[in-house]
Amino acid sequence: MRISQHPIIEGYNKGKEVTFSLDGKELTGYEGESIAAALKAAGVMVHRYTAKQHKPRGIFCAIGRCTDCVMIVNGEPNVRTCITPLEEGMVIQTQYGVEPKED
Amino acid sequence: MKRHELIIIGAGPAGLSAAIEAKKAGMDVIVFDENQRPGGQLFKQIHKFFGSKEHHAKVRGFRIGQELLKEAEDLGVKVELNSTVMGIYENKEVTVKQFGVVDHYKGDAIIIATGAAENMIPFKGWNVPGVIGAGAAQTMMNIQGVQPGSKILMVGSGNVGLVVSLQLLQAGCEVAAIIDAAPRVGGYGVHAAKVARTGVPLYMSHTVIEAKGTDRVTGAVIAEVDDHFQPIPGTEKELDVDTICIAVGLSPMSQLASNATCEMALIPQKGGNVAICDEHGETSVKGIFCAGDVAGIEEASSAMIQGRSVADYVAKTLGYLTDDEFEEKYEFHQNALGQLRQGMFAPKNKGRNDWTVTDEGFPISKSLLRNGYMTVEELENFPAFNYKKEGIHPVIECTQNIPCNPCQDACKFGCIKVGANITLLPQIDVEKKCTGCGMCVASCSGQAIFLVDDDIGDGYASVAFPYEFLPVPNVGDKGTALNRKGEPVCPAEIIKVQKASVMDKTMVVTMKVKQAFVKDARFYKAD
Repeated sequence: MRISQHPIIEGYNKGKEVTFSLDGKELTGYEGESIAAALKAAGVMVHRYTAKQHKPRGIFCAIGRCTDCVMIVNGEPNVRTCITPLEEGMVIQTQYGVEPKED
Repeated sequence: MKRHELIIIGAGPAGLSAAIEAKKAGMDVIVFDENQRPGGQLFKQIHKFFGSKEHHAKVRGFRIGQELLKEAEDLGVKVELNSTVMGIYENKEVTVKQFGVVDHYKGDAIIIATGAAENMIPFKGWNVPGVIGAGAAQTMMNIQGVQPGSKILMVGSGNVGLVVSLQLLQAGCEVAAIIDAAPRVGGYGVHAAKVARTGVPLYMSHTVIEAKGTDRVTGAVIAEVDDHFQPIPGTEKELDVDTICIAVGLSPMSQLASNATCEMALIPQKGGNVAICDEHGETSVKGIFCAGDVAGIEEASSAMIQGRSVADYVAKTLGYLTDDEFEEKYEFHQNALGQLRQGMFAPKNKGRNDWTVTDEGFPISKSLLRNGYMTVEELENFPAFNYKKEGIHPVIECTQNIPCNPCQDACKFGCIKVGANITLLPQIDVEKKCTGCGMCVASCSGQAIFLVDDDIGDGYASVAFPYEFLPVPNVGDKGTALNRKGEPVCPAEIIKVQKASVMDKTMVVTMKVKQAFVKDARFYKAD
């Protein structure tokens, strides 16, 4: 859930509302926020499944260190979504190993 | 190959401070940081810092970050962002990856200020989505404006766990519990007390043994541990949470120092593997220095001083400061650092748990260490709590020797005194008049000062307390007074709400309660 009011913080540094897609589904977020934040606000928890054991992974460190939150962004795999700013029209896919899901 | 006199790795509190100081001395300095924004972790710290004026005490972390950034910008400090330093080689050569291209740089000196990384503990389901680091929670809620979860279990009762728990509450999340495998609260008692009075339970000698759920956390199983930190069968309890937040300490990110062939040592008081440094932060490799958490886990306040001190030394060695100029600065920094490094939570005392009395000789509260809040009986051992005065007066529940003194500066009338040693407990001068201005309440980073009037007529007393939550109470609101544990004690009515820009979002809220509850009522819940 997005924080609409906060007792200390006066506002968050965000751009305009943009649309992007996750696995073909259209979602909205704010330009410049992290992809991970936009996904979290949309209720998405799973960013990828591990290669060998197919275990789900999501946000863990949120500062670009742990690489748990990597996804396929505009066709490029292993993008750290917690430190990559959201842009209009981004095509994001859940990552399975290092690939998108086979249809 | 590009050359600079000083290369600084990391644009957090230590690195930025070092760059500012070096630039001021006239040096050619460049800072590399792998993040998109400078400031390290300072911008997610929304609580008021400790220390004294020169340490920016009672200023919120992100505001300190803004000041630091402005100082750096005004001086024209060059910070290269999105720049990952990959290695340090012979003759102080570094390789930096910027947007997929690797460049070589060479410095006359290098300051490593790469900070720290969060520790983790493995347990069943620890990598299920919804188990996150406490720093991740801060990034999500304080930078991105997104709640990290709705119901949270906090694992770890050090200052990070306690501060982040309060911030989660401020972000509108519920904190189901704070647990710690240690038998005592690890962080400042005042940090624990402000969370406890909202009703969050602290369970010491407890660990998390399982995160429930497959695609997301659906619950957490905790259990009591024995003296060897092993879970005691039969004590398991399942908590209804969707997020498990891990705050079990930090480790220096000293890989670059190791890579630069600096002599390393595993020093528990410093939080892990660090380069062995002399008093100027110089490692065994001449010209390579460490500053901030990478040199040993402390606070951002000390990292900033260390950064400046190390940069001054570099400036001296490269001829930008005379010996006398350097000595003067060095003494100033060492004095400021020395103040922060005193008291029960000083780095040298890390792991010590044999305290029984304060420096003043008052018995330490056992309940505070076990439960996160004090009993009235224990508080009565402290003169700043246990004294009689007619009319409104401050009641101070600060009972551990921590480096902090803004309360002393806040009172214009001289009611509160800490003294030159800032880890001593504040004392009350009963002769001095209290006007009830509330400045001491708002200035206390530990939120441990209350204004009490034992008799406001008709059998009522008033209690003013610090408040940093929404919704803002209004005069005339009726609700329930809560005690230090967050339990309801009696009906309460809000009779005053003080807000001022100097209080920086800490409101001072006064409630009216029956006289019999004046020693217990410390927080308020609207009906």
